[in-house]
This record gives sequence, C-alpha cells and structure tokens, in this order.
Amino acid sequence: MEITFQFDWAAAFGSIPHLLPGVPWTLLISFGGLAIGFFIGILFGLLRISPLRWLRWPAIVYVEVFRGTPILVQVLFIFYGLPQLLGSPINALTAGIAAIAVNSGAYISEIVRGGVQSIERGQREASLSLGLSRSQAFRYVIWPQAFRRMIPPLGNQGIISIKDTSLFSVIGVGELVRQGQIYIATTFTALEVYFMVALMYLVITWTLSILLRQLERRGLAGQ
Amino acid sequence: MNDDATQPIVRMQALNKHFGNLHVLKDIDLEIVPGEVVVVIGASGSGKSTLIRCINGLEEYQLGKLEVDGSQLLPFGKSNRALQRIRTEVGMVFQQFNLFPHLSVVDNITLAPMKVRGWSRADALETANRLLERVGITDQAHKYPAQLSGGQQQRVALARALAMEPRLMLFDEPTSALDPEMIGEVLDAMRELAKEGMTMVIVTHEMGFAREVADRVIFIHQGEITEQGEPESLFDNPQHERTQSFLSRVLTH
Repeated sequence: MEITFQFDWAAAFGSIPHLLPGVPWTLLISFGGLAIGFFIGILFGLLRISPLRWLRWPAIVYVEVFRGTPILVQVLFIFYGLPQLLGSPINALTAGIAAIAVNSGAYISEIVRGGVQSIERGQREASLSLGLSRSQAFRYVIWPQAFRRMIPPLGNQGIISIKDTSLFSVIGVGELVRQGQIYIATTFTALEVYFMVALMYLVITWTLSILLRQLERRGLAGQ
Repeated sequence: MNDDATQPIVRMQALNKHFGNLHVLKDIDLEIVPGEVVVVIGASGSGKSTLIRCINGLEEYQLGKLEVDGSQLLPFGKSNRALQRIRTEVGMVFQQFNLFPHLSVVDNITLAPMKVRGWSRADALETANRLLERVGITDQAHKYPAQLSGGQQQRVALARALAMEPRLMLFDEPTSALDPEMIGEVLDAMRELAKEGMTMVIVTHEMGFAREVADRVIFIHQGEITEQGEPESLFDNPQHERTQSFLSRVLTH
C-alpha cells in the first residue's frame, strides 16, 4: 500500500490565528531578556578587563557558569528551583526573561570584552597624549569604535536568544512553541503547525537581521 | 607654567627603565630648553622611542628623576594629576598616525580642546580650521581619516596635537609608515613648525631632515646616549665608534 503524504495548506494557514498570540510572548521574553542581558554584558565585560584582579574575578566566574550550563537547565532552576529557596513562586514570564538575561549576559560580556580589546592600543595612547583622562578616552574614543565592532556579534546573540525562548514551552509560558503544542493537541496537524511555527521564528529573526545590517551599514559609513 | 625661557622644559636625570629583564634606558641625562629642536637617532630597539614616550608618561620608568614643564613625573606611573597636566602641554605625533577613525577630520581636532580645555565648539572649530590650513589640508574637514592619504592623515594628526597649543611636541618616527612620495609633505609641515620656534623632540630615520632642522642630535645605542651634539659635528665628525658605524650604515644605502 502506498503512503501518500499530504501537506495540508488549509490547516497550516488555519493555525495562524492560534499561533499569533504566542508572538508577543516570544518577543517580550526575547527583547526583555536581551535588554537586561545587554546591561549585564556591558557591566561584566568591562569588569573582565579591569586592571583590578578582584573585579575581574567575579566576571570570569559569571561568564564560565552561565556560558557553561545549558539554558534549559538555567530556566528550570529559576522556575522550579529558586522558589524553594525564596519561599514564593516565580511566574513563568519572569523566569523566562531572567534566563535569557543571565544567559545572553554571559555571552554579551565576552562580546564587549572582545570589542574593547580589539581597539588598537594607539587609540588610547593618542587620546591620553592629548590630555584626555582615561575615562574620557574610553567614552569618546574606545567605546564608540568598540561598539561598532560589537554590532554583528550582538545581532548573532540576539537571534540565538530569540530561538532559545522556544525552550521555555517547558515551563508553560505561552510563547510560539507552546501555542503550537496546544493547538496540535486538538488538531493533530503537527507537520503544518510546526512548519508555521518555524516560519514565524524565521520572520522575526530575518527582520532583526535586516535591521542590524542597516544599522551596521550606517555605523560604518564613515570608515 | 614655566615661563622662564632659560629653564629646561624637559629635565631627565639618571633615568632608568626596564622591560622585565631588559634594561631599555640606562642612566639617561637629558635637558631640553624651550625652542630647541632635538632629533634622536639610533638603530631600532635602541630605546629612542621609549625615551620620548617617557616624556609624556606613555611609558613609565623605574629609577631616576623626570621633570616636564615644571612638574615632576614620578616613577612607576604614579602621578596622575601631574601626568594629565603634562599631557595637555605636550603634544605627540605617532608613527601610525592614530587618528580616531570614527570621527571626522575636524572632530578629531576639536575633541581634546573641547573636553580637556573646555573650549566652546565655535572656538575649537576656528582653531581647527586655522590649523588645517596651516598643514595644507583644505576642503577635507568633514572627511573621515580613512578617506585621506597617509601623508594627509599624518598632517591632520599634527594639527590635532597642535590644537591643544602644546609647549612641547614629540614626534615618534612620524614618517616611517608613509609611502616615500608623502614623506616630504609631512617633513615640510614639521619644518614650518620648527621655524616658528616650537620645542620639538623628534625620533626619525630621516637623516637629511635631522641635519637641516636639528639644533642638537642625540645618538642612542642600547639604551644609552652614546653621543650628542650639533648636527654638523655629529654627522660629519662622529667621535664614537658606534656612531660612526651606525651612520655609515644609514647614510650609504
């Protein structure tokens, strides 16, 4: 007997209204987490290159811990583990945002460190030779150049974090994958629905890619 | 700060610097008076760049005494306030130009006067435009460094340093990274500056230029001042064997 497999376009398009409510959750967790992760990343990235060893140390430990453990374990720890420690539950949205924040923060701090360290020593020397203080040299000369170099890897990290939020279906937060699972449970159209879920991720990440490419082009215009 | 024209603007006494086990500068004694143009020559690795980088504290030294423009520069880089004051009075031009690539030509020049000296943007702009004209860069004020030739970049770097109205200018091999056809334009700008009476310390391999503009030439070998004197006597009648062999190598090729 011949098995014919049919992709049911009607089922695929029909799933869209059921999936769309997941989009704002996915975006909220991604960008909420990334925004916090960005600040964590700048803070720890700069601590990491501090001349003072007792400032570098916590940054190294932070990066190793959160880069070296799976984000799925991190979110499970935050959602199920931390409440036992705190004595009060943490809602799934907060747990998701926190997991993206601490996880992306670890990677972003490495991006920040690499960006700042990539600026030629002569830039700092020229700034100091003009009488700028060390903090002025950093603010007006080193950081603007480092930030431009950080844009591509930051965009990369943004895309990775957006996709990482799909794991948070396990803690029941109503993001894209979770919405898909709920819908499939009643229609059994896994092929079509996961196809549409994938497509929606692609639309989000692609949009981000295009925006970043424009930002990059504008940033590099003068160089 | 130090208005007495006969007082040295740089005074080094028994200055010593080590890079780990390497003894880079050995008991350097050097005084430079206002208006003097001093050219430092020597083989690569002799310590000549390190010597002038000590003057504005880009390199720290370990032993000896260093006074610049009336302020003590302490060993081991300890002396933040004096150090920053000295740097506002001492300009530097680097081998690799070190222009700020994210800023336009004019912003490269106005940054320090505005942030360090507290000048208004209008004042800083006026100075920038005057200096650009002086170094022969016109109609390029709003370009970015990467859009300029090496010779133009180095002249912008000179204008950037001059915008702080320094009392002393340091040049660390300013033409070594330039294509041969651009060396002349940079040397011309420096020649002008020397004529106007700027105090200058120049590390260079351009012996013809040294002979022409220097009041005094210093030859450094393995971290020591081997010989110094007026260009005519040092170039034409070097006393020390090391100087003779160095000059015969650089002048005959």
